[in-house]
Amino acid sequence: MSEIDPSRRKFLGSSSAIVAGLALAPGLLLIDTAHGRPAGEASSGKVRWGILIDTNQCKPGCNDCVTACNQENGLSGGTQSTDSQWIRKVELKDMRSGRTASLPMMCQHCEKPPCVDVCPTTASFKRADGIVLVDKHRCIGCRYCMMACPYKARSFVHEALTDQRTEVPRGKGTVESCTLCVHRIDQGLGPACAAACDKAGHHAIVFGDLNDPDSEISKRIRSAATTQVRSDLALNPGVQYQGI
Amino acid sequence: MSVNSAPASDKGAFYTLLVLGMLLSALGFSASYYMEEHGHIVTGMNNQIVWGLPHVFAIFMIVAASGVLNVASIGTVFGKTIYKARAPLSGLLSIALLAGGLTVLMLDLGRPDRLMVAATNYNPTSVFAWNIVLYSGLFTLVAIYIWSIMERRMNPYSKPVGFMVFGWRIILTTGTGLIFAFLVARQAYGSALLPPMFIVLSFAWGMAVFHIVQTSMYAWNRKTLNPAILQRKKNLMGVFVIGSLYFVIAYHLTNLYFAKQTGFEHFILFDGGIYPLLFWGGYVLLGNLVPLALLYLPNLGKTKCVVIASSLIVIGSLALLYVFIVGGQAYPLAIFPGYEASSTFGDGQIGQYNPSLPEFVLGIGGMGIAFFITVVGVRLFNFLPQDTPGDKD
Repeated sequence: MSEIDPSRRKFLGSSSAIVAGLALAPGLLLIDTAHGRPAGEASSGKVRWGILIDTNQCKPGCNDCVTACNQENGLSGGTQSTDSQWIRKVELKDMRSGRTASLPMMCQHCEKPPCVDVCPTTASFKRADGIVLVDKHRCIGCRYCMMACPYKARSFVHEALTDQRTEVPRGKGTVESCTLCVHRIDQGLGPACAAACDKAGHHAIVFGDLNDPDSEISKRIRSAATTQVRSDLALNPGVQYQGI
Repeated sequence: MSVNSAPASDKGAFYTLLVLGMLLSALGFSASYYMEEHGHIVTGMNNQIVWGLPHVFAIFMIVAASGVLNVASIGTVFGKTIYKARAPLSGLLSIALLAGGLTVLMLDLGRPDRLMVAATNYNPTSVFAWNIVLYSGLFTLVAIYIWSIMERRMNPYSKPVGFMVFGWRIILTTGTGLIFAFLVARQAYGSALLPPMFIVLSFAWGMAVFHIVQTSMYAWNRKTLNPAILQRKKNLMGVFVIGSLYFVIAYHLTNLYFAKQTGFEHFILFDGGIYPLLFWGGYVLLGNLVPLALLYLPNLGKTKCVVIASSLIVIGSLALLYVFIVGGQAYPLAIFPGYEASSTFGDGQIGQYNPSLPEFVLGIGGMGIAFFITVVGVRLFNFLPQDTPGDKD
């Protein structure tokens, strides 16, 4: 029987601790710096993520939010009727006064989403924090949600995809729409469209927690007249508009 | 003479029909494979018109599947002898049409391979999910119903099962109407009138399909249907056609009355290109007025007229469904009432839809499946109505 070498044991013990520390530290540091939701923790119903779009600040012709969305989510940017468009710029003209407005339109993340009601397989679902998503593994591609959405916010993937982003799963034959950049939100960041709008200096897209009375979005909604698109349908969308 | 003891020449005809049915079904399956391989990019459907030709065919077959059960219902529930003799054929056609329609619907899915997902994840608020239960229930109930009529020992159960089938089919067609009635935001849909409208449409379409099949079977067996029976059944079909036209008129009139809906109605009825053409020419004229003339004008209403009228009713029904489903989506959603909207995603624009060959072939393939099941069923079992002389009730 060989003799136990205590110095070898000590070396193995300390080097294991160093390796373990090196492996864990970045993760712990990331959590600390990002302030996102730790993996494995369910989204909280205490938060309701929302967006306020100030159409007075939104510039006609500016497409930065759309470009940012396409880049962030790996969309082609094509505008054929079979291409996915998660966010689009809509140009409006008041039929009586002729007043014009420009605004981005995307999934409105309704509190009572018709897409979730009609989905036969529960692929369309709403997270506790109000984000409406499609589970790409459950979607059978029936497109009933697209029929039901009052905002025409959803797209169907008509052909095979290449060069997808790992954070944003997509798949041929399934339906998709704006995820509010849920992968960024879970890291403590806001949606790419809002970041791009801020970068362009327009600040027309304000993202935040509608349930937090001290958030900028809540303060803005309290102080200015805002509307929900098709508010007559009483779906209580998380996306609200100012200036229309 | 029963079909089972058919002479050699009829056997040849049987195999010809069988091969025809198989060929059409195979074409449908190939079309669906092609669509699945390439994605829906090879169809005319897009992000504006999300349901197209396959849905027109599928919904026609599903609605007619309920409608052909009229004959069984009148026979069993209302105890009419001439209808009772036709109840097994009516049940067989229902199963055949439902199978055809559901196959088309299923094969048009973006992921038809995930059928198991639909079976294992059930959303209780989805009318689509309810329909999955309603469809499988109808298959089962109708199969038991046919068994209860054709197997002597089961005969005592035929009445209660017949009642259940009657109730179930009304609920099933209600479910089909609700698919559209529950769509809150689209001008064409979201009306409580749709479920009853679909029920009455199913009565007319089902009778038309039944007449076509029955006449073919009689001709195949070199038999002539008792004119008194034909007279009663064609009158019933005429009443159903008038009833369904009434519902369609009521639907459009209520829409025309609402200022917010007049734009949509003008599009569908007057200036929408193909849609008004199909509505007035296809549905109103070919699908209603000409069949009614063929059924009711003096000196008409004989076997040939009834078959032509039935075929025209089927053509009219496809025209109506095309206008309802495709036209209903083509008209832009009113997302910003009071504003003119434009975007890269078709806001404020009429949606364009050019049906492609694969989706048409898929639809025809579904018809082929229904045809195949009917041909095989009729050959295997004795589904030819056996009337005793003097039956005309």
